[in-house]
Amino acid sequence: MTSTANIFIDGIGAVSPAGWGVLPLREALAKGEPLHLKELARPGWTRSLRVRPVPSPTSRPSFLAHARLRRTSPITQYAVAAALEALGGDAALVSSGSLRLGIIVCVLTGCVNYSRRFYDETLKDPATASPLVFPETVFNAPASHLAALLGTTAINYTLVGDPGMFLQGLSIAGHWLLTDRVDGCLVVGAEELDWLTADAYALFARKIILSEGAGAVYLRRSGQPTPNPSQEGNNLGTSGRPLPSWEGPGVSSVPMVLSGENAANVIARLHSVTESYSVLRLQNHSEAARRMRAELPVGMPEHLLCDGTQGLRTPDAVELEAWHDWPGARLSPKRVLGEGLAAGSAWQCVAALDALRQGPHPAALVSVVGCNQQAIGAHFVLSDRKSSSSTSPE
Amino acid sequence: MLFPPEQRCNPPARVVITGAGIVTSLGVGWAENAEGFRSGRVAIRLMTLFDTSRQRVKVAGQVELPSGMPDTLLPTRHVRRLDRAAKLLLCAAHEAWQQSGWKAADDLPVVLGTTSGGMTSGQDYYHQAIRAPYSRRRQPTRVVHYQTQRQALDLADAFGFAGPSTIVANACASGANAIGHAWDLLRRGRALRVLAGGYDALSQLVFAGFDSLQALSPTRCRPFDARRDGLAIGEGAAVLTLETLELARQRGAKILGEIVGYGAATDAHHLTQPHPQGDAAFATMTAACQSAGVTPQQIGYLNAHGTGTPLNDSAEAAAINRWSGEHAASIPVSSTKSSIGHLLGGAGAVETVVCLMALREQWLPPTSTLESPDPCCAFPLVQKPTAARLEYALTNSFGFGGANATLILRRFG
Repeated sequence: MTSTANIFIDGIGAVSPAGWGVLPLREALAKGEPLHLKELARPGWTRSLRVRPVPSPTSRPSFLAHARLRRTSPITQYAVAAALEALGGDAALVSSGSLRLGIIVCVLTGCVNYSRRFYDETLKDPATASPLVFPETVFNAPASHLAALLGTTAINYTLVGDPGMFLQGLSIAGHWLLTDRVDGCLVVGAEELDWLTADAYALFARKIILSEGAGAVYLRRSGQPTPNPSQEGNNLGTSGRPLPSWEGPGVSSVPMVLSGENAANVIARLHSVTESYSVLRLQNHSEAARRMRAELPVGMPEHLLCDGTQGLRTPDAVELEAWHDWPGARLSPKRVLGEGLAAGSAWQCVAALDALRQGPHPAALVSVVGCNQQAIGAHFVLSDRKSSSSTSPE
Repeated sequence: MLFPPEQRCNPPARVVITGAGIVTSLGVGWAENAEGFRSGRVAIRLMTLFDTSRQRVKVAGQVELPSGMPDTLLPTRHVRRLDRAAKLLLCAAHEAWQQSGWKAADDLPVVLGTTSGGMTSGQDYYHQAIRAPYSRRRQPTRVVHYQTQRQALDLADAFGFAGPSTIVANACASGANAIGHAWDLLRRGRALRVLAGGYDALSQLVFAGFDSLQALSPTRCRPFDARRDGLAIGEGAAVLTLETLELARQRGAKILGEIVGYGAATDAHHLTQPHPQGDAAFATMTAACQSAGVTPQQIGYLNAHGTGTPLNDSAEAAAINRWSGEHAASIPVSSTKSSIGHLLGGAGAVETVVCLMALREQWLPPTSTLESPDPCCAFPLVQKPTAARLEYALTNSFGFGGANATLILRRFG
């Protein structure tokens, strides 16, 4: 028995090839059928790449009215949408200054649309390359826009790495919360599709289907009272609730496209994140995955494993071997959604947490065997939010 | 287990530096850089790495890499494939590793900061994908070496250790955030040793980007000068071997200095411009002082972010004025970007090493290109090589997107 710190998951959000929100993600995963593929042209090739993009939203998200978001590329829009869904009503607390929100955005390829576009302009003539595009090429542009939209000035990190980085992000968020650096923390994994990335991945796995989107997990510490937004007072809208910073006079309030799934219903606790086992010359994928697996519970039939397999023989082999004796249920979001890189591991966590909320599972494990950096896992358990300390079976 | 933490550090551990490696346009290694920073030598030169004929600005702090790479466990073939950023990083890491006397272990985290990682490999990939799309020769290697995690893992392979690798990409604050994060890991007892630093190499995309913003100085980078007109881009790397004081003492290591404070905050004002009053800079300096348990008047030297752009320097000056209050006149400030340019993701780490040099050797590095100090600065600007008695030094790093970080170092011994 190990005494564990109480870090709760207060919200989840997603944008995926299934649609905008956790609900379409849940429905697509319940159906279990790989989503339709789209063709993505690449210069100089007659044969297109096959990918799974995010469908267009049914209406323009209201946050795009914010001045900072007008020129942003898809990755920022996905990250913001997922983050707002996960935050739910707490977005207003952040805007009113009564909740210190940390932000951790995890990416692998990051803002590749604008980077490719800007470099293309540079090669044609650097003297005319657009100064509007360049700032959007930096890895931390999505985190910056999200912070500006929410009005948070607390610490924020952008972490770059393979899909396992999202789980490292959860761990860092947990530490920030435990050390009182922040009151709440958003961890977002996001990616956007581009022919450049899809072309690059095709070099390593011809059958891999890249996808895009974002997943967000909102964490809070136990014992934190949630202020009543109506009592915050310093930034109230006509409805009596505080106005998030992207709403207000002069900004039209377009209905959000999100499903409205959020937080308050998610009663899960981050039990643990394993060590990140690096993939090195002296430690290959199999060894890294084996060590990660060994740090997580052996599992029970009622437990859920949310793995990162895609239905492809070679990329899946290591993970399948590591989990060959898993006794419980399995969920493999990438088989339906495709390889979303940092967004993909975020979807795994979102799907696991959503399953905890929806289903009969008392615990869920997430396994990420990244493409070239690390094997890492996470363990979530259902929890009574009111308890201030607990013990969990290892 | 990354989470939850083991409760093994109460009070928080003291974090010391036992190795420091540095590569800038001033040279490769501590000795050349210390001499250059102390004397205020300017190492901004005509750039030769790519064509700048259509750019407004044609100079940068370009590093002259040594002809051979340090001897490590990396196979020769792999070393040949390293791109420029990885080579800068490896040189700096090798110096730090040698100095520390560390031995390989399987519980050694790496935390690095960068803005563009292996961008030159990415550029090469794009060139070929556009010009010869069906030619796949060398393309897989470029993809691998473009990714930032590759550079971190290369360090582990080079020195034979293992442990989690974390790459912070908080624009120009990346290096400072990486060291600050490493400090946090050690302080909280989550590691006994961490290899940390920052790096970036010159690349056409980034150079053209800053030029497109007209952020590059068409004359000379003069931080805090009343007539300043922009920054100079540079490249380089710095790596620190950080460990708990207890471990360093146990193994009889030579301690170079101590990191005592870290503050981080976000400036939500604008994607590329700081809040005019430097609110986030004020917040990070204040937070760093709080965590270090020091007051502004105890800071004997402040290495400013000081890019030389009109907006950065005035905002930072406002923040320093406000933070230091009545003690402003007693805190010497300089920006070493006047010597080497702005190293972006490497800046915070390199400037941490500059502070370490200043503390160890008891001098203040000058802003040697400064001609007419901006009257908005209520603090003294170091213009000439100066000897000093220093106990604490503070370094600021601010980045695109509003990522702000401050570190405080203390002389040891």
